[in-house]
Amino acid sequence: MLRRISYAAAINEAFIAIMREKKEAFHIGVGINTPWFVGNTMTGLLEEFGPDRVIDTPVSENGVTGLAIGAALAGMHPILTFPRMDFMHYAMDQLVNHGALLPATLGGRVKIPILVRAIINRGGEQGAQHSQALQGVFMHFPGFKVVMPSHPYDAKGMLLQAMEETDPVIFIDDRWLYDEQGEVPASSYRSDLDRAEIVREGTDLTVVASSYTVVLCRETLESLPGAPSVELIDLRSIKPIDSACLLRSVAKTGRLLVVDATWPKGGVAAEICRIVATEGFASLKKPIAVISLPDAPAPAAHSLEEKYYPRASDITAAIETLIG
Amino acid sequence: MEEINIMILMSLLKSMLKIRLVEEYFAEKLTSREIRCPVHLYVGQEGIAAGVCQNLRTDDYVLSTHRSHGHYIAKGGDVNALVAEVFCKENGCSHGYGGSMHIVDPKINYLASSAIVAGSIPIAAGTGLASKLKNEDRVSVAFFGDGATDEGVFWETVNVAALLELPVLFVCENNLFSTHMPIALRQAEIDIHKKVSAFGLETARIEGNDVEKVYTTARGLIERIRATRKPALLECLTFRWLAHVGPDPDLDIGYRKKVDVEKWRKKCPIQGLKNRLLERGILSEPEYGRLVGEIETLVGDADRFRRAGRDPSVTEF
Repeated sequence: MLRRISYAAAINEAFIAIMREKKEAFHIGVGINTPWFVGNTMTGLLEEFGPDRVIDTPVSENGVTGLAIGAALAGMHPILTFPRMDFMHYAMDQLVNHGALLPATLGGRVKIPILVRAIINRGGEQGAQHSQALQGVFMHFPGFKVVMPSHPYDAKGMLLQAMEETDPVIFIDDRWLYDEQGEVPASSYRSDLDRAEIVREGTDLTVVASSYTVVLCRETLESLPGAPSVELIDLRSIKPIDSACLLRSVAKTGRLLVVDATWPKGGVAAEICRIVATEGFASLKKPIAVISLPDAPAPAAHSLEEKYYPRASDITAAIETLIG
Repeated sequence: MEEINIMILMSLLKSMLKIRLVEEYFAEKLTSREIRCPVHLYVGQEGIAAGVCQNLRTDDYVLSTHRSHGHYIAKGGDVNALVAEVFCKENGCSHGYGGSMHIVDPKINYLASSAIVAGSIPIAAGTGLASKLKNEDRVSVAFFGDGATDEGVFWETVNVAALLELPVLFVCENNLFSTHMPIALRQAEIDIHKKVSAFGLETARIEGNDVEKVYTTARGLIERIRATRKPALLECLTFRWLAHVGPDPDLDIGYRKKVDVEKWRKKCPIQGLKNRLLERGILSEPEYGRLVGEIETLVGDADRFRRAGRDPSVTEF
């Protein structure tokens, strides 16, 4: 049997492998050398690779993002970390106008190979500005790949694969997943970036989730009485979305529940609904159901957080409505 | 001022003339509306691009802005590909996807021009970070206007470049206006180089229309950057003769006076160098005429090149 390690340890293993394998790789970002910002995902990197290749920066997000983009243009392959996605708003000009748009704008004459690691860090009464999950924002811009692994095997494999890409990849990890355990080979391996994965097969309902909502859905489905035949899809890639996988599943089940822990307007759930409504409408036996965050900023109070984030009971109720 | 080699003086003159004649060609084609793409002309500021780039090697990096044609030409960029790009043709340097504000030539390490004010400044510093990590002695140059120093990212970059000791020359072409806004209405302290020097950078503030001064000052700074890998800033005072965008002189729309434009036209960097070379007997009028003719031929070739270019097409974006 393979050894089991945590999601955070899998990220750490990937980073060590990348830095050993690829001389062009280096880390840069705010707070990357302190566990307070990045948990134990960066353990040992500074010690092994030194401050030139593991650069902790001032909180100058836009400037530092430009630095990473420039280094990428000049042949390096930076790993740029945002310990909280909330602070990426500061860097939107460099990320979007430059990282995402410049390669095509310059007729494909340049490449910007850059891995942007964005951490979702929420809950614990942190309030609205320390809670955001922005995959719905980044999927909007042409030029990015956006991935969100849900388990340790993918966390490591997708990071290693992301470093094979020549375009910017936004890798989003959620601190709620850091203690999740899973089987992870000690060797260096790659996982596809653009493919969804069927976590469990079923015939009566398709549930689509990503990142930590995959864990939430899996656990909920395991505890459901009567064992309904539900197919659970782990999106893995937010951009591109593996629409073929979604449409095949919906063609089989005729029912769709989207579970997405971001704001509901114009985001991941909305895009999945667009795909199925435009390309798989005839398969649908019931209207699509969506569980997302409310269209409201995250609250601080624990009593409010409990109602704000998707819960197992929301999923159970939605399944009941769709196939009960 | 120290003596500059005659070959270099002639090269500076030729570089400035090339920029001027290409820009005048664009102005003519904008007026006749054969060019549809927005074009920010560099006429009047040629001494800065020519003087700085004369000191650069092909492997040195240049990053620029919406007003980038001069930097591209002075760095050694292919004029045919530039002209075709401004006409948005498939044989343009960005294959018609960029237009005038998005010029590139990776072969000469002219890596990007950005239409976002100050957008290419941190990117230039990032190329410097790459040189540092690869232990190369290349220099990176960021060209930008005074308007870019209104943006926060400029100051972030100056600080980080000083902190990480990155081999970058920041070249601020202070033409005294950000589109229509004079610098005194935008900045509480208008001496840019003084503010930047507070970050520990070597800085200089000079007359940007004196190409010899630009050349020698940039040479000193670039040699120092190559040796120490520490960033520096060169602030060049100058003036754009034409509008912020397009070929008009922008005289009657309320933000600048005709008398000021005329004053700066008298400080033409090309005429200045030409007169000095004539006085010193280095150049004769017939020789100057031959040089102009040579560049006119080059512009004529570029015009034919873009006419032969196809409009880009795609089956799928």
